[in-house]
Amino acid sequence: MNKEYTEAKARFEAGVMKTLQKNKERKETFSTGGGLPLERLYGPDMTEGTDYVKEVGFPGEYPFTRGVQSTMFRGRFWTMRQYAGFASAEESNERYRYLLASGTTGLSVAFDLPTQIGYDSDDPMAQGECGKVGVAIDSLKDMEILFDKIPLDKVSTSMTINAPASVLLAMYICVGEKQGVPMSALSGTIQNDILKEYIARGTYIFPPKPSMRLITDIFEFCSQNVPKWNTISISGYHIREAGSTAAQEVAFTLADGIAYVEAARSKGLDPNVFGERLSFFFNAHNDFLEEVAKFRAARRMWAKIMKERFGVTNPKAQMLRFHTQTGGSTLTAQQPENNIVRVTMQALSAVLGGTQSLHTNSMDEALALPSEKSVMIALRTQQIIAYESGVTNTVDPLAGSYVVESLTNEIEEKAFEYIQQIDEMGGMLTAIEKGYVQKHIQDAAYEFQRAVESKENVVVGVNKFQIEEKNKDMKLLTVDASVGERQIKKLQELKASRDNVAVSNALDAIRSAALNESQNLMPLIIDAVRVYATEGEICGVLRGVFGEYTENIVL
Amino acid sequence: MDERKIRVVVAKPGLDGHDRGAKVVARALRDAGMEVIYTGLRQTAEQIVETVLQEDADAVGISILSGAHTFYFTKIIDMLREKDAGDVIVFGGGVIPDSDIPGLIEAGAGAVFGPGTPTTVCVEWLEGAVAKKRAKE
Amino acid sequence: MAVDTLLEKALGGDIRSIARIISLIENDNPEKDALLKRVYPMTGKAIVLGITGSPGAGKSTLTDKVIEHFRRQGKKVGVIAVDPSSPFSGGAILADRIRMQRHTGDSGVYIRSMGTRGSLGGLSRGTRESVILLDACGYDVIIIETVGVGQSEVDIIKIADTVCLVLVPGMGDDIQIMKAGIMEIANVFAINKADKPGVDRVAAEVRLMLDLVKDRPWVPPVHLTVAENGTGIEELVASIASHSVFLKSNPDGVRREWRRLAFEVEEILLQHITRMTEKSWNAYKTDEVMELLLSRKSNPYAVAEDVLRKIIPGTRVV
Repeated sequence: MNKEYTEAKARFEAGVMKTLQKNKERKETFSTGGGLPLERLYGPDMTEGTDYVKEVGFPGEYPFTRGVQSTMFRGRFWTMRQYAGFASAEESNERYRYLLASGTTGLSVAFDLPTQIGYDSDDPMAQGECGKVGVAIDSLKDMEILFDKIPLDKVSTSMTINAPASVLLAMYICVGEKQGVPMSALSGTIQNDILKEYIARGTYIFPPKPSMRLITDIFEFCSQNVPKWNTISISGYHIREAGSTAAQEVAFTLADGIAYVEAARSKGLDPNVFGERLSFFFNAHNDFLEEVAKFRAARRMWAKIMKERFGVTNPKAQMLRFHTQTGGSTLTAQQPENNIVRVTMQALSAVLGGTQSLHTNSMDEALALPSEKSVMIALRTQQIIAYESGVTNTVDPLAGSYVVESLTNEIEEKAFEYIQQIDEMGGMLTAIEKGYVQKHIQDAAYEFQRAVESKENVVVGVNKFQIEEKNKDMKLLTVDASVGERQIKKLQELKASRDNVAVSNALDAIRSAALNESQNLMPLIIDAVRVYATEGEICGVLRGVFGEYTENIVL
Repeated sequence: MDERKIRVVVAKPGLDGHDRGAKVVARALRDAGMEVIYTGLRQTAEQIVETVLQEDADAVGISILSGAHTFYFTKIIDMLREKDAGDVIVFGGGVIPDSDIPGLIEAGAGAVFGPGTPTTVCVEWLEGAVAKKRAKE
Repeated sequence: MAVDTLLEKALGGDIRSIARIISLIENDNPEKDALLKRVYPMTGKAIVLGITGSPGAGKSTLTDKVIEHFRRQGKKVGVIAVDPSSPFSGGAILADRIRMQRHTGDSGVYIRSMGTRGSLGGLSRGTRESVILLDACGYDVIIIETVGVGQSEVDIIKIADTVCLVLVPGMGDDIQIMKAGIMEIANVFAINKADKPGVDRVAAEVRLMLDLVKDRPWVPPVHLTVAENGTGIEELVASIASHSVFLKSNPDGVRREWRRLAFEVEEILLQHITRMTEKSWNAYKTDEVMELLLSRKSNPYAVAEDVLRKIIPGTRVV
């Protein structure tokens, strides 16, 4: 920096010292929500060492710090995609059509827990859970109802499904067939990210090795047959919800990504090809500046990883494209209307961070599944940011902000440190097995809780500015308790009317293919789904061959 | 002579995988000097009740965010009573609407803590409840 | 409930009563000694197996599979899984049973989690006494899963008839184990996670160590196991069973039991003396006494001697 600047800064700092003698600052030290130290002031000297072209660059160009498209939201807005689904396929279909009519541009299917863990609704493990956190899907029959009157060539669908992702994707492909839409025309995403299930979300079924095989089978099958499908959504969202810091969210997500790329490469797949279909999913949390920096850092890091570590030359396979959801754990049950404001700021950080699609949480989600009204407000929040705030009219408007660029650098540095430790341990699978990742997340979560209880962290309405609240008069959504019974009845009818010989043949074929690692399971799962084998039957066969995973507790 | 430690089973019934709350509470109880038997995810009511009996737990805390709370609370409480262990304190938390809480208390739950409850509140309540229970023994 | 009734119910197989008595033992309840004295004649039938090894070696998963095998033979199995207590709060998170939860519905399996509660060795007197109770209650096999760090790995020999040491490739702990002298106490080795690279090296190192000692009456067998999928467990369980036969038939086994019993008496004595000492000292520890000590008008030796004389008249410290 030049002499003039250095002198001016010294003058300023002397002035500050005087001020501090009279008036102390609110805290001794300041830091981001994720614990990164924050300076009083950021100036040009802080980003002086950053090579603009190399590290920041232009949007649509390596390392994509400023975004994955050259025109970003001047071209088109992000996909407004609200995660939804509850009860049975009938009710959820109705909600989807309501959302599409209200202007959402993509669907996002929430499945109930039995579906996510590969149990049919009549399984004893499914008792009390059917239709509770999402829609219950047992067979292709349910899936046909779920997408009734929704043209699959016009809408892109994201499905939050992991351990049994192959089965649900197979069902989607078959619904497409029935609508006359070839699989090559289908677009959407399956979450398909098993590693973060072991780390943070808990809906795993099989042990890591066969799980990784199912994932790479999907990569291979889709690159040949469903080219517009995002075959995985590598998710930091749940890692953050489990309590990680922003830098950990980036680090562990990208480390998961590295593990998937390595698994696919060892199967002989080309990262220049499947790399285009990898997508990511992040959390938009409270600390506004840190979050914007986090998204930018993640993009830059992934580009570097793909290029430098995996030798990827196809720019599309270097790009980190991501979905964002506002932070569920930041919502408060107290004074729930305040959540609208939280969601607004979180969503704004995602937009300024250059997200490709966005889900905004509803204000009542700390209490129950969202009601129709609160879902509408959440969607309107996105539309107001898109159409009214003006931030979408120029690309990456916060670039060049001294603090945002500094934080971007710091998150990158911190996250690469974690990745290096994971590499030294022998990769993400070993790190999970040793509980390294879980331990870091739980420590951060416990630390956060203590800071809230000591009021070092203020949560408005929870540990400060509380008010006496009479029984909250919000209208909450309740799921009809009869969903389970209805599903069981549907299953009985299905099993009585389908071709059971065809089903058992299809299941046998899956069993023998499961034993043979070199055979791709996807086509066989599609065959089974098509003759109405249920999800529980298919997963049951795979459980028999692969075994089940038990969590690794580190507390 | 050793003091009599409070033993608590912390369990995640059903298929819900959100265990941040359960783990934070488990740690807080440990830091308050209790012995916490942590069962992990995907526990059936039968497994939870059997664990309580084998571990001679004073209390069982259950965490549910999936909406299946009424089902599991009532089932666990009923089974404990059937096994002549109705004195075991049942408490819990998670995403549970206020309107469901009276029903759970009615069924026999000692306390239900909603989102945002400080762990200290939970610890103090449990210490008091165990003291009351032991006074009756 | 009266202790007698509890005991009667426990011996009749009532799980909750067994659990309650173990709590009495753990809490060092004054009535527990009489109770253990009563049940002692009923003991000595069970195979007492200690499973030890570093954290992360897969002890709990291995225990789970060993339970399964003994159950197939129709044996009743009791498990005591020990986890460390926090030195700060005295609390503990006991999570070993997660990997054994599938057995909870089986009335032939009893699993109890225990904190170390400040005992230096990681295994408390309560662990040994719980074994006595379970033995009396008819459990054919009693498994103790240790914390897996430090002293507990050596201490297990004071409780278990058969010690199974679990090692894993690639943890870099082989050298540590040799240093700590744990190799000497193991009767059976399980090289777990044997599907990982490096397993042959660990197995070879263990065998090399074992070869250093010639002419031993029992040569510890080395098994390769993958606890996750059950590989090698059958052979491991067979070795455990034959070690138990060996102990009963070989002079070496008798010597071992002799040592163990001598140690047990010593422990009970120590426990009683500690208890008496604490009681007397607490009664003696008035403000005046402490003032005298603080002002150096008295000294710790003299005070200790006074306290000791209250317990055993005429004793001298120095």
